[in-house]
Amino acid sequence: MFATAFSFLYQFGDAFAFLVIASMGLAIIFGMMGVINLAHGEFIMCGAYVTATLAQKGVPLPLAILGGAACAGIIGMVIEITIIRRLYHRPLDSIVATWGISMVATQGVLIVLGSTMQGVGTPLGSFSVGGYFYSVYRLVLMAIAVGLLLGLYLLFYHTRFGVIARATIQLPRMARATGVDTSRIYTLTFGLGAALAGLAGGLYAPTMTLVPTMGSTFIVESFVTVVIGGGDIFLGAAPAAAILAVIRAGMTAWQGQLFGQIGLLLTVIVVIRLMPGGLSGWILRGRK
Amino acid sequence: MPSGSQFVKAMRLGVATAALTASVGMAQEGPIKIGVLEDQSGDFAAATMVKVNAITLAAEEINAAGGIGGRPVELVVYDTQSDNTRYQEFMRRVLQSDKVDVVFAGFSSASREAYRPIVNQFDGLAFYNNQYEGGVCDANMIVTGAVPEQQFSTLIPWMMETYGKNVYTIAADYNFGQISAEWVRKIVEDNGGTMVGEEFIPLGVSQFSQTIQNIQGAKPDFVVTLLVGAAQASYYEQAAAANVGLPMASSVNVGQGYEHKRFTPPSLKDMYVTTNYIEEVDTPESKAFIEKFRARFPDEPYINQEAANSYIAMYLYKSMVERAGTTDREALRAEIAKGDVCFDGPSGKVCLDPKSQHMSHNIFLAKVNEDHSIEFPKVWENITPYWLGEAGCDLTQNDPSEQYTPSNPPTK
Repeated sequence: MFATAFSFLYQFGDAFAFLVIASMGLAIIFGMMGVINLAHGEFIMCGAYVTATLAQKGVPLPLAILGGAACAGIIGMVIEITIIRRLYHRPLDSIVATWGISMVATQGVLIVLGSTMQGVGTPLGSFSVGGYFYSVYRLVLMAIAVGLLLGLYLLFYHTRFGVIARATIQLPRMARATGVDTSRIYTLTFGLGAALAGLAGGLYAPTMTLVPTMGSTFIVESFVTVVIGGGDIFLGAAPAAAILAVIRAGMTAWQGQLFGQIGLLLTVIVVIRLMPGGLSGWILRGRK
Repeated sequence: MPSGSQFVKAMRLGVATAALTASVGMAQEGPIKIGVLEDQSGDFAAATMVKVNAITLAAEEINAAGGIGGRPVELVVYDTQSDNTRYQEFMRRVLQSDKVDVVFAGFSSASREAYRPIVNQFDGLAFYNNQYEGGVCDANMIVTGAVPEQQFSTLIPWMMETYGKNVYTIAADYNFGQISAEWVRKIVEDNGGTMVGEEFIPLGVSQFSQTIQNIQGAKPDFVVTLLVGAAQASYYEQAAAANVGLPMASSVNVGQGYEHKRFTPPSLKDMYVTTNYIEEVDTPESKAFIEKFRARFPDEPYINQEAANSYIAMYLYKSMVERAGTTDREALRAEIAKGDVCFDGPSGKVCLDPKSQHMSHNIFLAKVNEDHSIEFPKVWENITPYWLGEAGCDLTQNDPSEQYTPSNPPTK
């Protein structure tokens, strides 16, 4: 009994961690800032590649992962300054531009670094509950997902940067009138989103095949989570990830991977039909 | 999702050599054009970029030695981007506007089935140089890759004898995985074993926690892994991290995507693969092949079975055209019908089977050790692609242009 309950919790936690970690960067860039970022997967790939490179050079894995996140963040800020900045009022153009960035990144990495990259191996070994073996690293990922949500909550609701960032995105003119350098805030927020994507890549790099197209395996789940969640990370993306994780873990356990994917996509269709503003739009309805 | 370059690069490699010895009376003059449609970007690129290099190597060797019957070889290469639609576009293009004499095309079975109707429509000739799930009975196709009676009829009974009779299959969810799993099921049952589980994984899936748990719950003696593409290869790392510890058997891994080189040991420990070639094969022919391959392409990460098959296919084509004195497809097939179109290549001697236009193979059982080195516990010599012929496909008599499976054999 305990073993069955544990196994379901573990599978739920695993799916939840993947959805949260994969989608946080997108939740900031797409959910908060409104930029439809089709290059999200490539920021993830960038984080994974930098992490693997550093780890192979002998840097301890946690530092290598942070390095991957930092590198993706810096590249994100550069892209914001050079390209995204010009497209804040042209959401459809930003789709084309970020799609272009994603193709340049995938093909560029393929040409420069080749078709695959040596992996780094999953650390920490395994443990067993009721005859089943589980990876310890996956538990760490679950803890990090929860920590990430908490950290972002504190950052956006309990720091000066968070207040200014939310003000800038909600009412840029008013923020400017009170003396905020809004373009700097946009750059930093976009950079934070890119860094979180890089962090996702770094965290999953030890568990996956490293290829230039690896970002595409994250992108469906990320968009599904953010679309279901709506504009607010904490009222939207976090509960969306929890609901989707239950559906995915349940369907996969019941009928296999294909049904897990079908469940995920059916949920999106139902949710955007019933709640066009996503979960957070539905929770916040009437509060204006 | 975005993948690969949108612009298409046609690389032409027409090296007219000085030593043009017009020995055989050729019907036409000018170069022999060979279309090459392989994935040089996208999900499959890791396993397939080497095929283009193998074909280039063979073309350069053939040209340096005087071409095919005195005519130089010219390659027309397109990047199909791991995308079935691109295969259809480019197949039309090479057959209609480039007017190539023969096409070398395809990695995934989905791509082959996407372009095969077009080859039939324009009545062209295509080489499919990939191991696959078998059963294509089509006069317009020549297959140099290994098929289930070569890979599974050897591997599965050996595994059952060595490890036990309870088998779990995880397979990519498209025609290759479904039909290969059907073969595994049939061979396991024929040998008195039990399928304790079977799961089909959509292409592009990279998270396997639940699958790993299903496998542990079913307690098989070994797992047959028929996973395809870079994303699905994440399974091995995740299974090793969860300490699954079961032996694995496969027809696709190691020999195509060199997972044993890419992943950190010991995640592929006790993986058994039947393949007709990999660069670890320790014969003089193989060593000579590797040496000239690396001399020409020093940065090649791994020389896999598809590289060898593509290289062999070039020489088979050369010998057929020189014997027939023309590139006309029916004349070439008349040569295949004689049953002695053979080539001594990197994997030993191979011959084309007249009934199915598939190739015989020496099949090497490759075992991945704990440090990811390879050993070969067994070699099956000269296994013919017998199933299609025995089931009733005979391309010397008629051309159904169908794909058959054990549950859907030819109607006699």
